[in-house]
Amino acid sequence: MSRLNNLFQQKNKRILNVYCTAGYPTLQSTINVMRSLQENGADLIELGMPYSDPLADGPVIQASSSKALQNGMTIPTLFAQLKDFRKDITVPVILMGYLNPLLQYGFEKFCAKAAEVGIDGIIIPDIPMYEFEQEYRAIIEKYGLDFIFLVTPETSEERIIKLDQLSSGFLYAVSSSSITGSDKDFSPVETYLHKLQSLKLKNPVLVGFGIKDKATFETACKYANGAIIGSAYIKALESDDNVEMATREFLNGILN
Amino acid sequence: MNETQSYISPSPQGYYGRFGGAYIPEMLHRNVEELKTRYLEIMHEAEFQREYQQLLQDYVGRPTPLYFAGLLSRKYNTNLFLKREDLCHTGAHKINNTVGQILLALRLGKKRIIAETGAGQHGVATATVCALKGVECIVYMGEKDIERQAPNVARMKMLGAKVIPAVSGSKTLKDATNEAIRDWINNPSDTHYIIGSVVGPHPYPDMVARFQSIISKETRWQLKEKTGTELPTHVVACVGGGSNAAGAFYHFLDEPSVKIIAVEAAGYGIDSGMSAATTRLGKEGVLHGSRSLVMQTEDGQVTEPHSISAGLDYPGIGPMHAHLFESGRGQFLSATDEEALKASFEVAKLEGIIPALETGHAFAALDQLSLTMEDRVVLCLSGRGDKDLATYMKVMDA
Repeated sequence: MSRLNNLFQQKNKRILNVYCTAGYPTLQSTINVMRSLQENGADLIELGMPYSDPLADGPVIQASSSKALQNGMTIPTLFAQLKDFRKDITVPVILMGYLNPLLQYGFEKFCAKAAEVGIDGIIIPDIPMYEFEQEYRAIIEKYGLDFIFLVTPETSEERIIKLDQLSSGFLYAVSSSSITGSDKDFSPVETYLHKLQSLKLKNPVLVGFGIKDKATFETACKYANGAIIGSAYIKALESDDNVEMATREFLNGILN
Repeated sequence: MNETQSYISPSPQGYYGRFGGAYIPEMLHRNVEELKTRYLEIMHEAEFQREYQQLLQDYVGRPTPLYFAGLLSRKYNTNLFLKREDLCHTGAHKINNTVGQILLALRLGKKRIIAETGAGQHGVATATVCALKGVECIVYMGEKDIERQAPNVARMKMLGAKVIPAVSGSKTLKDATNEAIRDWINNPSDTHYIIGSVVGPHPYPDMVARFQSIISKETRWQLKEKTGTELPTHVVACVGGGSNAAGAFYHFLDEPSVKIIAVEAAGYGIDSGMSAATTRLGKEGVLHGSRSLVMQTEDGQVTEPHSISAGLDYPGIGPMHAHLFESGRGQFLSATDEEALKASFEVAKLEGIIPALETGHAFAALDQLSLTMEDRVVLCLSGRGDKDLATYMKVMDA
């Protein structure tokens, strides 16, 4: 059974998935960041591969990507850093990145290498569904990786069902930006997450975008199996030189 | 690709050969899908066509003249015709597209327009049609370009647009495009994104090419009036993303006798590391939603191009052009900053026309073609040079 399926079988509520950018804040901090996340209660890690033009990310994550690229992060460097990470990191780890760098590296080579070092799944938000079905699905399955699609409040019901069928591991529910502020009306997001619940999807659902603190995490957990935190954690790393301390403090604030 | 498929029209998924498609995150899917489902139907409506044609005639000033350039013809020993897009309202071909897209956006029920701009020409053309139709307009522009192109920033503001600086990455056109796409993600229901070139996810390349195709449609009957034949031997245009070229080539692409000549910006020189000649320096990749040729590092990070002309300073090229290049249907030449400047001065002196620096590149390529007195060459004079006066003045002062 895949590590992701195993995780959701043991725990299907309040799953905390934390995003970090490979090579940020320093080139060599990748493993340290992941280890700190595991030690302080992250159930799942989404490791971002930096790209120059990350359309689906906000300004905070883009800035961390630019920094990581300046630090010298590349896909070969990342795989070298991940060579032995499974010795002490046991939580599932998924790689998130954009199609262009993967095409240059070689898509099949990428999947083979990811599986070899112990990566569990991938998120590539700019792969079109038709191309996934025609070209990439067979390769991803060949290497036993999970592939996670995104759905949004704008995604039609029919398409949500299709994306759920094509996904494995979990489904990534992008919340609308209104979830970020307590002063804003949460009801549209509530309706959307209710709809997802009512569709009886085959995958667990994690909510991402705008989850930044304990309150938003708790709210997301009411309607889904858990949530994904990205920008808020990157900001926490930004303001503290000590990765361990920053991570402990940040996750304590969410979970306790 | 099917051998009989035309060079003009992409496949239903938006592919020109291997290039095109829609490589977008799910957050953009509904908007792009809505556009894909409806753009042709709307563009074919009689009422849409009536309003579009009327505005092209009375507001943009079409048809633009096809001018026989006698002295340049003599110099290059050929018959050179200039398609005068520089005489369009706002000074360039860009408005052919923005007039079309604003009408389309209103029919889609959109209330807010966003656009990206490099030198500011597309931004001005967008701000203009938004003012005309009373629609809110937000233009994203790289922080560096805002400094370099102050007059166009002022024009946009005077037209009522809000200009937002793109402060990420290299702070130029590529980053302004990223910011505009992000805005669209954050405003999924009331906003239409007017892309300025034949780039972006399907259906943008096809839609923009169709709106610009008025250039070659007019050229055909105008050339017939002047020479008795509709077909030139060569059509020459500069290419950054490629919108004026797409429009100038469009109705000639499926006429095998017409040579298609695209001119890219070589910057300091192809091998100088400071260039924007995408077909020479790019590799197949994905940028801003489509698969095309992209200037990038070995690791697939998109690189910063260089051209003296902001309109050609883009690390990609429209998928239609990538296909014209790869299939051999188009001949791709390049001109350096210096060659383009020299050509612009020559055109000013010989014909009394100050062209945009972008167009200077197209003129500079005439030297590289073996032309004869039997040839009928159409060159798309995509824009006027007022916006480039600061650069031209530096040359005169030197």
